[in-house]
Amino acid sequence: MKKIQDFKLKTYQWLNDENYIFTLQSEEDIEAVEAGMFAEIEVPNASDVFLRRPISVLDVDYDNKSLSFYIKAIGKGTRKLGTLQEGDPISLIYPLGNTFTIGNIRSALIVGGGSGIAPFVMLGRELKEKGIKTTFLLGARSKEDIFLTDEFAKYGEVCVTTEDGSLGEKGLVTQHSLFSDGSQFDKIYTCGPDPMMKAVARIAKERSIACEASLENMMACGFGACLCCVTPTSDGRNLCVCTEGPVFNTQELAWSI
Amino acid sequence: MVDLEIKIGGFTMKNPVSTASGTFGFGEEFIDFMDLNRLGGIFVKGLTLKNREGNPYPRMAETPSGMLNAVGLQNKGIDYFIKHTYPKIKHFDTQIIPNVNGATVEDYIAVTEKINEMDGIETIELNISCPNVKEGGMAFGVSCPSAVAVTEAVRKAYDKTLIVKLSPNVTDITEIAKGVEGAGADAVSLVNTFLGMAIDAKTRKPILSTVTGGLSGPAIKPIALRMVWQVYQAVNIPVIGMGGIMDATDAIEFMLAGSSAIQIGTANFMDPQVSIKVIDGIEAYCKENGFSAAKDLVGAMITD
Ligand SMILES: Cc1cc2nc3c(=O)[nH]c(=O)nc-3n(C[C@H](O)[C@H](O)[C@H](O)COP(=O)(O)OP(=O)(O)OC[C@H]3O[C@@H](n4cnc5c(N)ncnc54)[C@H](O)[C@@H]3O)c2cc1C
Ligand SMILES: Cc1cc2nc3c(=O)[nH]c(=O)nc-3n(C[C@H](O)[C@H](O)[C@H](O)COP(=O)(O)O)c2cc1C
Ligand code: FES
Repeated sequence: MKKIQDFKLKTYQWLNDENYIFTLQSEEDIEAVEAGMFAEIEVPNASDVFLRRPISVLDVDYDNKSLSFYIKAIGKGTRKLGTLQEGDPISLIYPLGNTFTIGNIRSALIVGGGSGIAPFVMLGRELKEKGIKTTFLLGARSKEDIFLTDEFAKYGEVCVTTEDGSLGEKGLVTQHSLFSDGSQFDKIYTCGPDPMMKAVARIAKERSIACEASLENMMACGFGACLCCVTPTSDGRNLCVCTEGPVFNTQELAWSI
Repeated sequence: MVDLEIKIGGFTMKNPVSTASGTFGFGEEFIDFMDLNRLGGIFVKGLTLKNREGNPYPRMAETPSGMLNAVGLQNKGIDYFIKHTYPKIKHFDTQIIPNVNGATVEDYIAVTEKINEMDGIETIELNISCPNVKEGGMAFGVSCPSAVAVTEAVRKAYDKTLIVKLSPNVTDITEIAKGVEGAGADAVSLVNTFLGMAIDAKTRKPILSTVTGGLSGPAIKPIALRMVWQVYQAVNIPVIGMGGIMDATDAIEFMLAGSSAIQIGTANFMDPQVSIKVIDGIEAYCKENGFSAAKDLVGAMITD
C-alpha cells in the first residue's frame, strides 16, 4: 500500500560529480517494492524546489529497512538531494506506479540510458531468479557516463555503446552489433531519454518483439491526483503515467513508430 | 469541544476543510493516505458533458512557490461519473461536490440536470473560471454579463445549493461576485488559478503545450486572501476561500478574511495528509484562542 514514510539519510556513494546513489533508512518496515516502481522524494530545505521529485527505486533492503536510489543531478532538486548530511530526515511517498511484466519468456534485452538505468537492477535480479537469459545494453555519450556495470554483470551480459567510442561500441544503442548479429530476444525493456526509447521501440516493432518502456514524464503528485503526467495512446486517449505507468507496452503508446 | 460545523446555503459540512477540484482526483487516490470521512467535503475533478482528453503533455511547470498547470479538464464525462465513480465514493461520510464545466450554457445546464437527479449530492460548484480550455471555461467568468447568464441558467436547472467558482483573472472580482449573487448563487468559491506562463530559456520554447496555464500554490496566496476579503465585504452569501493554503495557519487566515469554508489544492500533492492536519490545526487554534465554534472565525479579522 502506498504511504508517506519518514526516512533518514544513511549513505552516499558518489559515482562521479553528478551521479550518486543514496541510501535512506527508516524506523518503520519497508513496503513491498517491485521493479519499476518509484518514490516521490521530498527535497528538504530547498526554498526553490516546490514539488517532490519522482525517482525509481534502485534497490530495497527489507531487513535493514532501507531503500536506495540512483540519481543523476540534472537540476536544482536532484542536486540538492546530493547535499544532505547523514541522519537528515527526508520524506518519501512510495511505492508508486506499476511494474514491468515478465511472462513466459526465455531471453530479455534491457536497454538503458541516462537516469533510466535505475529500475533495471531489480528487474535484472528478478529475471535471473526466473532463469531468463538477460543482456544489458547501456548507452551514453562517453565512458564517464556509464554506471552500475558491475551490478548489472551479476545478472547477465553487459554491452555498452558510447557516442565517442570511449567504451564499448561507438554509436547509439540502436547501432549496437547485437541488433545485427542474429541475437534473439523474447522481450525488450527500456528506460531513458524519449528518443532512445522510441528508437528501441521501433526496432522491437519491426521484429515483432514485445517491448516495455518506463517513462520519466514530469509529475506534480505521482499518485493520480493531478493528471499532469499523461502520455497519449495510439487511439487518442491520455494515460496517467504515474498510476497506469510508468511502464507501458510500447505498442499502446502514440509514438508514431 | 469545538463546534467545527459550517453551513453553506442549505448544506452542512462537518468542518470547514475541503479539497479543491482537480487536485484530489475523485478522492480514491487518497484512500491509502488518509480517512476521507474526516473531510468537510471533496470538490471532485472538473466534470464535462462528454469525455475530454484534456491538453497535450507537458501540462505542468514548477514555478517559484507554486506551479502552472494546463490539464484542460481531462475527465470521462458526467455519465461515467454517475455510473462508475460516484458509486465507489458515495459511502464516505463527507460532502461530495461535483465541479461543473461546459463550453456552452447548454452544456452547463445538461451536466447540472443530470446531477440534480442524483441522490446524496447536495451542492454543485459551477466552474466559470478554468483558464485551460479554449472554449467556455474562464470566458464565462471574466465578464459580468456572461457570468450572470450562466449562473441564472444553471440556477433554474438546479434545486439545491449552488456554489459559483470565480476567476481571479478580472479587474474587479467583487463585481462578478455581486453579479452571480444576484443571479441566484448560494455561495461563491475563490480563487481559481491565475493565468501565467513559463519559458525554458535554454530551448527558447514555452514549457506548457498550451503556452499559458493556471498558477496555483503559495505564490498566489496573498492575492487570493485579498480577493476573499474584498468579496466577503461585497456580498451577503458565504464565501469559500482557497489559493495557496499549505497549513492550518493559512486556512485560519482565509477564515479570518471572510471564508466560511476553505479548500486545499496544490498542497495535496506534496502532503496528501495535509487536509487532516489543517482540520486538527483549526480545532487547536479555536481552543487556544477561546473560540467555541469554527464559524466564529469567519470574518473575525481585527482591523481597528
Ligand atoms: C517515474 C520516474 C522515475 C525516475 N527515476 C529517476 C531515477 O531513478 N534517477 C534519476 O536521476 N532521475 C529519475 N527520474 C527523473 C527525475 O525525476 C528528474 O530528473 C527530476 O525530477 C529533475 O528534477 P530537478 O529539480 O533536478 O530538475 P529541474 O531543476 O526541475 O529541471 C532541470 C531541467 O530538466 C528538465 N526536466 C526536469 N524534469 C524532467 C523530466 N521528467 N523530463 C524532461 N525534462 C525534465 C527541466 O525542464 C529543466 O530544463 C525519474 C522520473 C520519473 C517520472
Ligand atoms: C492540476 C490542477 C487541476 C485543477 N483542475 C481544476 C478543475 O478541474 N476545476 C476547478 O474548478 N479548479 C481546478 N483547479 C484549481 C484548484 O481547484 C484551485 O482553485 C487552485 O489550484 C488554487 O488553490 P491552491 O493554490 O490551493 O491549489 C486545478 C488546479 C490544479 C493545480
Ligand atoms: S503526476 Fe499527478 S496524476 Fe500523475
